[in-house]
Amino acid sequence: MTVTETSPDLPGRTATAGRARNPHWGTSTSAAVGIAALVVAALASLCIGNRWVDPLALLDGSDPDNVFMDARLLRTGVAALLGAAFGLAGAAMQGLTRNPLADTGLLGVNAGAAFAMVAGITYVGTASIGGYIWFGFIGAGVAAVGVHLIASLGRGGATPAKLIIAGAAVTAALTSWTTAILLMSRETIDATRRWQIGSVAGKQTDALLTALPFILVGFALVLSSARVLNALALGDDLARGLGRNTARDRAMVGLGLVLLVGASVALAGPIAFLGLLVPHLVRMQVGGDYARILPFSALWGAILMITADTVGRFVLPPSEIQVGVMTAVLGAPVFLVMIRRGRLGSL
Amino acid sequence: MTSVSERPSEVLTHIVTADVERVRRARRGPRRRHAIVLAVLGALATTLFAVHLLLGGYTFTAPDAFRIVFGDGIGRPTAEFILMESKLPRALTALGVGVCFGIGGAVFQTTLRNPLASPDIIGVSAGASTAAVVALLSFGLRGDAVAAAAGVGAVATALLVRWVSGGLGGYRLVLVGVGTAAALLSVMHYLFTRAAVWDVQLALRWITGSLSDADWQKVQVLAVALVVLLPLVWWSGRDLRVNELGADTATGLGVPSRRPEILMLVAVLLIGAGVAGAGPVSFLAFLSGPIARGLNRGRTSIAGAALVGGSILLAADFVGANLIGDVKMPAGIITGAVGAPFLLWLMARGASGRSPR
Repeated sequence: MTVTETSPDLPGRTATAGRARNPHWGTSTSAAVGIAALVVAALASLCIGNRWVDPLALLDGSDPDNVFMDARLLRTGVAALLGAAFGLAGAAMQGLTRNPLADTGLLGVNAGAAFAMVAGITYVGTASIGGYIWFGFIGAGVAAVGVHLIASLGRGGATPAKLIIAGAAVTAALTSWTTAILLMSRETIDATRRWQIGSVAGKQTDALLTALPFILVGFALVLSSARVLNALALGDDLARGLGRNTARDRAMVGLGLVLLVGASVALAGPIAFLGLLVPHLVRMQVGGDYARILPFSALWGAILMITADTVGRFVLPPSEIQVGVMTAVLGAPVFLVMIRRGRLGSL
Repeated sequence: MTSVSERPSEVLTHIVTADVERVRRARRGPRRRHAIVLAVLGALATTLFAVHLLLGGYTFTAPDAFRIVFGDGIGRPTAEFILMESKLPRALTALGVGVCFGIGGAVFQTTLRNPLASPDIIGVSAGASTAAVVALLSFGLRGDAVAAAAGVGAVATALLVRWVSGGLGGYRLVLVGVGTAAALLSVMHYLFTRAAVWDVQLALRWITGSLSDADWQKVQVLAVALVVLLPLVWWSGRDLRVNELGADTATGLGVPSRRPEILMLVAVLLIGAGVAGAGPVSFLAFLSGPIARGLNRGRTSIAGAALVGGSILLAADFVGANLIGDVKMPAGIITGAVGAPFLLWLMARGASGRSPR
């Protein structure tokens, strides 16, 4: 079974298949399990590091470990926020494009953000983190829209495979231009190479505050669009028949997505595979209704992000492996297995 | 009326001869076109080779260069040294690497039946880059060891992608390749954060594709690879045009189903040799095939792709080294910058949807 067999010619499949299959767990059980997992992951993230810390030190201001806890609390919070953002964005992107392979890493968004940031730092010279987030933001948005436009050119519109290849090609082109700039400026290499692999560690509060409003507005827009995505899953014709203005719907969800993805990528750097895999795992558990897929994708995105970040701290001592590398190294095999089984074909 | 008096068999013979003549003429057209295309491309490659060799930072006249290479020299050791040890090996490497990438890319695109399925997009270049970066940054190797690592990395990644995807058919190979490339790039960026800035810049230059390290040893490697592999390409690529009709049709027409696999393996080895010569020059493999095909009126031409690849790399290296301000740009930057608009144009024409399966 190949991926393109999923075609939009089978409207209704997405919206009904999940319910018909009768998911193993009901919504409340899934929510309980998810929240329990989140608490465990967060506690582990607080305790585990190059130094084991008792979580109770967080509450006690006089404890010498209190400083560690503050730093780790911020880091865990950032990981949870960004993981939720990437999970949610992946689910909404897959629903919006009706494409089981939609993901920020594969669709050129990361490369766009990287190129814009490198160009901005080199030619405009914004030194502060709060400043260059804007470039990453604009670059991510332009690349997301651009890849989609390129893929919808030609015959057959934006099919999954065409989107992936357009994303890969745009990534290759932008990477080449990014390298050209980097070869001329060694300072920019130093400023951006840490951003380029994706990390939740050592984020300054001002960068977080710059990105936070966008992420929150994006959350609100995307989370409230479950009905829209359910209608779009039926196919554009049917959605229009049900009285939806598909162009406006797409624009709204798209705006939310660009806000969410642009701000997250600018803040954390490229996090590959998380947004791709989480919605598929969630779909297996709760079925095909976007009213459940969206919040659960956010929840499991946060859990997996915190876990990946925690595992990266002790897997290769004495150094830390950034969370972007962890998600790629752990996510790629899952991605390959899913392709082999033809799982990615079923949205 | 004469036709009435003619005997039926004579009429038949007349018609058959006319048809045979028409078919022959129809078949001769594309063949002549191909010959013309090859001649023009050959002339272009030769011209660019001469420009690359004679002009630039240190210029030679053609007779002088001829005397240095084939005769007793012109009695100026510095000039002779520059030509023989720098400019000639560099031009030869550019030509050889271009030929390798041109053929490799065209074979990938034709066998996988997708102009976008070139080695740089489906993970082979990412594998080469990662291997080179590991060699440069983790093991501190330099020079030929890095080149060898990159070549091995390219071949290993290609075999891995082929093994995981479990077949050449359809888009699965492409998707597996793109996924593998994404993971490898992430590993590469991780290594970047852990190295000195100087080394990172060196690695960046390497993985973009540059000819500044060209020497006679690289020329030798490329020459051996081409001498061994080109006959194999010719042998396994005879049925390429039939394979373009699809695997089922090709098998039905009597083409052994193993042959595309052998051809792909040879192409991977060519890419590996090319990568060892100049690094994974971005977009070179991607560009050559479609350009040759466009010149040849939509018919695949492996030889044409080889010549286009050589010409592009010679031109890109010359432009990057001499024509852009006072910065020496690696050739890969030039090909990458040209490749993106070309890709947009290709997708806008709908060529990418040629056979999406």
